[in-house]
Amino acid sequence: MKMMHVTTSINGDPTEFLCDPRETMLDVLRDRLNLTGAKEGCGTGDCGACSIILGGEVICACLMLAAEAEGQDIETVEGMANDENLHPLQKKFLEHAALQCGICTPGILVAAKALLEKTNNPTETEVRYWLAGNLCRCTGYDKIVRAVMDAAEEMRSL
Amino acid sequence: MEYVAPNSLDKAAEIAANARGSVRYLAGGTDVLVQLRSGLHQPSLVIDLKRIPGMLDVVRTADGGWKIGAATPATTLNAIKELRQSWPGIVEAAELIGSTQIQGRASLAGNLCNGSPAADTVPAMLAAGATVTIVGANAERKTLSIDDIVKAPGQTHLKPRDIVASINLPARSQKGADAYLRFIPRTEMDIAVVGCAVNMSLDGETVSEASVALGAVAPTVVLVPEAAECLLGTRLEDEAMENLSMSCRAACNPIDDKRGTVEFRISIAGVLAQRAARTAYQRARERQ
Repeated sequence: MKMMHVTTSINGDPTEFLCDPRETMLDVLRDRLNLTGAKEGCGTGDCGACSIILGGEVICACLMLAAEAEGQDIETVEGMANDENLHPLQKKFLEHAALQCGICTPGILVAAKALLEKTNNPTETEVRYWLAGNLCRCTGYDKIVRAVMDAAEEMRSL
Repeated sequence: MEYVAPNSLDKAAEIAANARGSVRYLAGGTDVLVQLRSGLHQPSLVIDLKRIPGMLDVVRTADGGWKIGAATPATTLNAIKELRQSWPGIVEAAELIGSTQIQGRASLAGNLCNGSPAADTVPAMLAAGATVTIVGANAERKTLSIDDIVKAPGQTHLKPRDIVASINLPARSQKGADAYLRFIPRTEMDIAVVGCAVNMSLDGETVSEASVALGAVAPTVVLVPEAAECLLGTRLEDEAMENLSMSCRAACNPIDDKRGTVEFRISIAGVLAQRAARTAYQRARERQ
């Protein structure tokens, strides 16, 4: 199998990797780059656990070939905290106990970050629709939505 | 499997023509990647179209229509205010597909090429009279209607090496509008049990042109000219609405599955057609 050489940017870091053309971005993030924040839940774009931001849009890393990353800007959950300082969304998820098992949490944080970059004052309905593609089987979503609303409020006052 | 991302349509056509084995084109990949991973399709070559100039762009044509690059995602369509004004039904159909994550990638052309009878944007494109620009194996360009392409569940009339380059929407008449509605058992993130698109133009308060298309009630998305006929010359009076429902129900040939029974789908097709017609009519009146 001929390997492909891909040059990209991940969380602002210039990154190069070799991959099999069949590998998804999720495979490469997890298995070649050791960025294991994005999770494989379904592998078919239904659960959102592998959400990443590609050129400003939140997408499922399982539905992208790694070869497509050439020359792109990718953000993952690993890029959210600034050294020791958690992103406001991460802090609010802790404060509101907006997670239980935690498998869906990286994907939800990334998706919520993309939302708050588009609008800093979303309604609860907007938050719920935006996150409809991020499945959580533990929390019932209520604490997640409250944490996102609270983080938005805090970020507006910064 | 090999992956290539050519930077022109001619180059893509040449690569495809010279390829041995099966070829899949990649736009947003929301269907293609699932099929690759499940083993449904095992192409020897994937040709990514997104590096080709224009594939991710929407441009207004000289005649007032729209040319939508084949890999343009739903989020891009959604952000273009003038497109929403001209073709609200197309944009609302695209907005119904999947989640935020899927919307960031999924395209009209991909929805068409996937060949699902339940595709949300295909009834809207069919009712709109959209055309499709195709680049064939010898790099020759041709234009087909949506109806020329839909064939059977999971199949289209496209030739194996044909590349869909763009979806073209006609110029919108002064007083016209479209609408798309679908029934699903929840509020989002599901596949249509029934979909219905209505596109119309008005002369004063009277419907002067109409088209009606149904999804998920037959082996393909279907245009229902008899239903459109029921709207012509009317102001959507009760009798016209009743005729519209009957025509739509008569055009249904659905399956029973976990999403809905035959009887339910036929019944709902009539209901959605009325509601979509009222929405399109209301929008058309507001446009003047």
